[in-house]
Amino acid sequence: MNAISPTRRNFLKIGLAAGGGLMIGLCMTGRAKADALPAGAAFAPNAFIRIMPDNQITFLMSHTEVGQGVYTSASMLIAEELEVGLDQITPEPAPPNNALYADPNLGEQATGGSTSTLAGWEPLRIAGATARTMLVQAAAARWQVEPATCAAARGAVSHTPSGRSLTYGQLAEAAAALPVPKDVKLKPASQFTLIGTPQKRIDTPGKVNGSLQFGMDVQVPGMKIGTVSASPVRGGTLRAIDEGAARAVPGVLDVVRLDNVVAVIGEHYWAALSGLRAAAAEWDDGPHADVSSASILDAMKQASDSDGVTAHKSGDPAAAIAGAAKRLDAVYQLPFLAHAPMEPINTTLHVRADGADLWVGTQVPPRAQAAVAKHTGLKPEQVTVHNQYMGGAFGRRLDVDSIEQAALIAKKLPYPVKLIWSREEDIGQDLVRPYYYDRVSAGLDSDGKIVGWTHRTTCSSVTARWVPEGMAQGGKLDPDTVEGAIQTPYDFPTQLNQFVRSEPPGVITAWWRGVGPTHNIFVVEGFVDELAHEAGVDPVEFRRRMLTKNPRALGVLNRAAQESGWGQPLPRGTGRGVSLQFAFNSFVATVLTLSVSDRGEIALHNAHVAVDVGPVVNPDTLAAQCQGGLIFGLSMAMFNEITHENGRVVQSNFHDYRALRINEAPDVKVHIVENPAAPIGGVGEAGTASASAALANAIFAASGRRLRRIPFATGQLAQEGQI
Amino acid sequence: MFELNVNGQSHQVDVVADMPVLWVLRDVLGLTGTKFGCGIAQCGACTVHADGEPVRSCLLTIADAAGRQITTIEAIGATPEGARVQKAWLDREVVQCGYCQSGQIMSAAALLKRVPKPSDTDIDDALSGNICRCGTYVRIREAIHAASESQG
Repeated sequence: MNAISPTRRNFLKIGLAAGGGLMIGLCMTGRAKADALPAGAAFAPNAFIRIMPDNQITFLMSHTEVGQGVYTSASMLIAEELEVGLDQITPEPAPPNNALYADPNLGEQATGGSTSTLAGWEPLRIAGATARTMLVQAAAARWQVEPATCAAARGAVSHTPSGRSLTYGQLAEAAAALPVPKDVKLKPASQFTLIGTPQKRIDTPGKVNGSLQFGMDVQVPGMKIGTVSASPVRGGTLRAIDEGAARAVPGVLDVVRLDNVVAVIGEHYWAALSGLRAAAAEWDDGPHADVSSASILDAMKQASDSDGVTAHKSGDPAAAIAGAAKRLDAVYQLPFLAHAPMEPINTTLHVRADGADLWVGTQVPPRAQAAVAKHTGLKPEQVTVHNQYMGGAFGRRLDVDSIEQAALIAKKLPYPVKLIWSREEDIGQDLVRPYYYDRVSAGLDSDGKIVGWTHRTTCSSVTARWVPEGMAQGGKLDPDTVEGAIQTPYDFPTQLNQFVRSEPPGVITAWWRGVGPTHNIFVVEGFVDELAHEAGVDPVEFRRRMLTKNPRALGVLNRAAQESGWGQPLPRGTGRGVSLQFAFNSFVATVLTLSVSDRGEIALHNAHVAVDVGPVVNPDTLAAQCQGGLIFGLSMAMFNEITHENGRVVQSNFHDYRALRINEAPDVKVHIVENPAAPIGGVGEAGTASASAALANAIFAASGRRLRRIPFATGQLAQEGQI
Repeated sequence: MFELNVNGQSHQVDVVADMPVLWVLRDVLGLTGTKFGCGIAQCGACTVHADGEPVRSCLLTIADAAGRQITTIEAIGATPEGARVQKAWLDREVVQCGYCQSGQIMSAAALLKRVPKPSDTDIDDALSGNICRCGTYVRIREAIHAASESQG
């Protein structure tokens, strides 16, 4: 049994719902105070769990559903302790309110960094247990029996000796008048009936029959539809358009010009798009007209010669490497990346003198609200955010640039407008994942053991732009750039991690699925693999020898090796690659098997992912996230890069920004390593982070060619010589 | 003015001849189950059936669609193959974000109608035009096999 600490209890607040139900208010974050919850019926909008007299049970979801299944897993956590079925509880997206709904790990109401389940694991169960305890007490008081003789199940309290039963709805009002219980206990894992069992996702039925509404599908009375074109070079401005030609297109209603954007509004998207094409915008490219991938890379290479900021140092790695029997140096590079969720960027907005309504899928509702307020002169509380299901996000919807743009356009229009970015705009105007230029060095002793390890990352800082207070060392260190690089699974006797900040001109960089670990695990695990081969030791065995103090890492490594048949012979041209990681509080080992043809073509066969997240909420979702996350990462490592010429993004759509297709995707088997007593970890990004190194290492095993620059399947193997 | 038959219902739509059926469905008729993903027939999110054949509605113009029976995700459950595919999708928990799944299901239903017991190669051929960024391919394949077996 886990007794709840008094401080935790302070975050609960109980009250009467408007309409006479029970309301459990809850703050998930240390930053917020329970006092932030207004008392009584007035706190209905911000209440957390709401049980109404008609037995309708809802709760406000602080995290957003981007496809990761969090609506279901959060419902499971509450339902487990509340003693209701998943069919009896409905999540609703929480309104923007950082004081109430901030993610404790992120410090604001945001969904990212694989933190949702970590954030909810304890508070959601406490909220459920508190409500259930009070409902049982209310029933016991009404029947004048001991609470211990009552049982709760399926949204009702029953008293077995007398055969009496009341639904939660019938008890809600009485429960709301009771004091907050002082000793709520959570179930031990052995008594879980939902947690740890595969549960059907609650959001899927509407996703297989077309009825579920995404942001793209919003329809508001009087709404018109627009599309936009922004300056293809960041910092450029709109010079001229043929407004007459745009307005001559049938169905076009309005043309809106901003300094760096033109928008055409029509009766439907086709009219808007045709009008935008007819407008034939001309641009002044501004100061970044000459930016190219080559110029950006030159600057980063140059910057990488400096030491930068020391993020971590243990022992004297320079001396250890200098005195080592063998020394290895390498440069690893990861490109700029677009997010390219299946649902292109869109925003529906109605700006009026007295307020605004915003319909959008966002990972950051308060930022979305503030974006509209900022550009309309409205107060944030005058902007109502209707958060929508998202057709993928992958970090893209942590930024609100498109919402700011929509506000500037919509405030000039007298009607609600849905602004849709074409796929070309979605990719060309994306805020991209940083380019990483990493130098790594290590020394091996005569026994083939790593004695020194240095890793210097040169890149831009997303933290400095997005959450400056998250910078360390007086604003000099971006902790995300070294996440997964400092805390490797291994026991390096000496280690140095450095960060050199290099901001590319004319490029804005942003979060991308897997953030720091997706970058660093590729570098660490690729280089560890190189060292294994240099030492003449099997890559799995080489890793095992460095895991004497890390049984959970060893556990997933051994499981993945065993399931994949590691060590068993493979045909010529076929190879297995392994990657091991500790990230998002979870352990993951992946073994990928592939073949490389004589012409350098890569065929992905299968992958085995062993994962230890500690307690498992929904094992089917865990498996799905590992499968999909890995394939997402493999798409990236095989194909994806955003490049620049003349200040412009070169790629524009799925023909030149590829995704793995079903005929190219490997089979992925997921193996859950049980560890229910360990701290809980996140999993939405873990598979993605493990993909690149597993791929690079498998390509090496299959072909003898070591690839250190993503993407791999764009001709590197064919270009750089024979296999 | 064009006549468009969608899900057994005839509509008169006053739009230009080159307007893609995708936007007629979504913005004129309010049938938003068919999704916009790329606009150039690269991703398959907009897949509908025209006379039972899977087509990318982002490039199918209203002029070319006139006189053909268009079926969308909203009505595919009324066909035996569509119903089996939708059930298999739910049984196997294929869906993540779900945005591409209308198109995946339309492609899968068309495949099962043409090839009742598809091989993995048949699935590759029929579904390789449908991108899923969430990476649900492993389960899509399993669900199609399950749907093909459920018809006895």
